[in-house]
Amino acid sequence: MSVMMYRDALRRALYEEMKADPRVFVLGEDVGAYGGAYAVTKGLAAEFGTERVRDTPMSEAMIVGAAVGAAMVGGRPVAEIMYVDFITLAMDQIVNQAAKIHYMFGGQIKVPCVIRTQQGTGRGAGAQHSQSLESWFIHTPGLKVVAPATPADAYGLLRASIQDDNPVIFLEHKGLYAVKDEVPDEPYVTPIGVADVKREGSDVTLITYSRMLHVALDAAKQLAEQNISVEVIDLRSLLPLDMDTVLRSVAKTRRAVVLHEAVLTGGLGGELSARINEALFSELLAPVQRVTAPDVPLPANVTLEKYLVPNAEQVKKAIEKTLESKQKVH
Amino acid sequence: MELDLTKSLYHSMLLIRRSEERILEEMMKGNLASTMCHVSIGQEAVAAGVCSAMQPQDYLTSTHRGHGHFIARGGGLSRMMAELFGKETGYCKGRGGSMHITDVSIGHLGANGIVGGHLGIATGAALWTSLNKSDAVTVCFFGEGAVNEGITHESINMAALWKLPVIFVVENNHYAMSLAWERSTPQLSFTERARAYGIPGVDVDGQDVLAVREVALEAIERARRGEGPTLIGAHTYRFLGHSRADPSKYRPAEEEERERARDPLTIMRAKVGAEMISDQDVEAYEQQVKEVLDAAVKFAEDSPLAQPSTLFEDIYA
Repeated sequence: MSVMMYRDALRRALYEEMKADPRVFVLGEDVGAYGGAYAVTKGLAAEFGTERVRDTPMSEAMIVGAAVGAAMVGGRPVAEIMYVDFITLAMDQIVNQAAKIHYMFGGQIKVPCVIRTQQGTGRGAGAQHSQSLESWFIHTPGLKVVAPATPADAYGLLRASIQDDNPVIFLEHKGLYAVKDEVPDEPYVTPIGVADVKREGSDVTLITYSRMLHVALDAAKQLAEQNISVEVIDLRSLLPLDMDTVLRSVAKTRRAVVLHEAVLTGGLGGELSARINEALFSELLAPVQRVTAPDVPLPANVTLEKYLVPNAEQVKKAIEKTLESKQKVH
Repeated sequence: MELDLTKSLYHSMLLIRRSEERILEEMMKGNLASTMCHVSIGQEAVAAGVCSAMQPQDYLTSTHRGHGHFIARGGGLSRMMAELFGKETGYCKGRGGSMHITDVSIGHLGANGIVGGHLGIATGAALWTSLNKSDAVTVCFFGEGAVNEGITHESINMAALWKLPVIFVVENNHYAMSLAWERSTPQLSFTERARAYGIPGVDVDGQDVLAVREVALEAIERARRGEGPTLIGAHTYRFLGHSRADPSKYRPAEEEERERARDPLTIMRAKVGAEMISDQDVEAYEQQVKEVLDAAVKFAEDSPLAQPSTLFEDIYA
């Protein structure tokens, strides 16, 4: 085991995949000598050259389009979109092209590409640089969507994503890049579509992903002091969703809270709540609770932003609410 | 049919023309599985001329009006017809239809339903062949309607910047659905437009298959030498409406009459002379094309329908 930062774990994955497979190449804005806006690709251009670690003009649609086209004829591109907010400029390439090509053309063509980007709050970056837009992608069959929360998962999931034969939207979090944790020294992949129980518990299941995992673990730790046992599930992959792990846990605890940084309406919390209800309605001791950002654009103001980001207090309250509920069970 | 180059160009255009007429006929009979179908009747010289200049290793991307590119590149008519009929033997297993007709085995990277959506793909394919030191060239067909999409600028800029082996072929049929070319942009010359990107631009009579072939050959050879993209504006005309639902009332009758008189098939025969393509030749091609199309329709009719059970296949590779 080595302790490394999330961004370094990502870089290690890119490095190892590029070493192992000459078809892998990186393109995006400022990914070359500059090393990426969040320093994930730092040093890669020096190692692999500026052809394979390629600075592009500011052309988000074309960056994704180039990745899709290259993937269709034998490349394995990893494109970086600096902020998920900018991906709006490339949505046709993701939604109508990358996601549809394999299916629409009857399975004739594969599109093995990774679109790396980062999202989320923490820097007071404002309405156009802080959003969490995962719901837009999970609404699109044909994509895979992952959102790692730890350095170990960032490494393993990026390797899996590059090796995957499908377009993968790889959602990093700007607030996680400097987070340090242990990463195994031996190479490995973390399979896409498999959630991880990050903390075992018996009273309530807390389902989350990306940076909110750390808020969840903090809340769970605090509640343990009150003898409330919280099971924390890190989804890691948002499409496909690992409902087996979620439902197994909720069947055990009979209570569930979903936590995410994205806004409430149309968020993954609604989808998870619906699926849990459909599968386990008669087993639940309380309605599924959601802790999310409210339906408000984010301000470019570090102080104000905090009011819109879910915190451990809100999570504890939601959990306590599920514990207070006196729903009768047949 | 083994034909020399000139004859094969004529044959290719005739095959496209008759195939699309047959497609419309089958559509009227209710045999097509989708309501989406756009024919390129009148525009055959662009597809035939450009594709004749391509090599087997080359790629192309196509549009919603893509039968011509597909046929000119050598796509099989039986499986194409089966695709349009919604049969499981179709190239896309009956899910793509006319608008997404594709045969990747001939380097066809797909007919795309999003205007401009495939320019990025073509440029990306050229990026990979360039990185991979392959000598393949990618030809990107698009209509003049796509010229004003943002990704068109992004693609041409990037391809020009990196000298990628991609040819941008604008099939300027003068109408983006109802909007006339002159009403969509003040810059009507592709030669001028290309200048802004520092690449060669050519305006060519898109009804003259030999002229189209010449400019395509030069552009493709240039790209293959590693000298980058060319923007070709092939000026043509859509003889029919945008789709079956469109009676094209927005076009002046005299304009339609004038343009329809510029039929690429007639123009070619006039240009090469009757000694090159005789009445007997034409008769023989007509007969052969009819037989091929009859066989294609029969194959489509006899093929099993795409089954609902296959709907859940191929979502992921």
